[in-house]
Amino acid sequence: MFLETIPDTSRYMLAGYIISFLTMGLYVASLYIRNRNLRQDEQLLEDLERDGKK
Amino acid sequence: MQSKPIALTILDVVSIVVLGISTYLALVFAPTEAVMGDVQRVFYFHIGTAWVGLLGFVVAAVAGIVYLVTKDLKWDRFEVAAVEVSTMFFFLTIVLGSIWARPAWNTWWTWDPRLTTAAITELIYIAYFMLRQGIDDPEKRARFGAVYTLLGGLSAPITFMVIRLFRTIHPVVIGSQSAEAQGGFSMSSDMKVAFFFALFAFTIIFVDLMWHRIRLGALQEKVEQLKLKMSN
Repeated sequence: MFLETIPDTSRYMLAGYIISFLTMGLYVASLYIRNRNLRQDEQLLEDLERDGKK
Repeated sequence: MQSKPIALTILDVVSIVVLGISTYLALVFAPTEAVMGDVQRVFYFHIGTAWVGLLGFVVAAVAGIVYLVTKDLKWDRFEVAAVEVSTMFFFLTIVLGSIWARPAWNTWWTWDPRLTTAAITELIYIAYFMLRQGIDDPEKRARFGAVYTLLGGLSAPITFMVIRLFRTIHPVVIGSQSAEAQGGFSMSSDMKVAFFFALFAFTIIFVDLMWHRIRLGALQEKVEQLKLKMSN
């Protein structure tokens, strides 16, 4: 007997897309957090440098 | 650090839009493949991420060569950005491939030539970041990175070509495939639309993320210089 119905593999598909969006989202979040932390460091160091000159 | 360019903001918006369209084409527009069912829809993101993953490793190798010639640290930032974004995308390629393999090959993983070279490529670039962190001198670090990505870059064409040169169960999308290949399918015209749009969408997203990562690298360098200035 030949295969007549399409197999239900939708949960694999769903898992694939959830992992894709999760991974890309985590990477974007990591870029944002690292950028925010570096900006805070930059601000702090510039303030310290200004205070040192006074 | 300069404020965010308007072109980058536009690219952010375009990236979100093309990602949305690509998802729609993959999940709704493209027909369901008759033998494998819905899992075949991960193919569009699997190929899209593989394309930008391997492209980025080649771009990093080229940036490495340019750094070795010019000794300009901006090319080191460019190289790091390409490697980081590509490593993230290539990780996704491997995970999506594994998810697809489970129903298609009845296993999550097999030491097939393509899967093996892909895993080695990913490990090469994970090691790149670990090894870079151990070098304090920026110029020495950049020189090491340039030579490393130049040699590591060879893994990209090897990974691409391996299914065309060896007996493998991994199907080939473009070109003739091995007789042992399993999980292959012929693309209908609607599938081709989703496929080519995914390649386009991931290229846009790759450029966008790389631009952000390059800017982050510049900021990192500025903070390092400020720290050095303070310590002197």
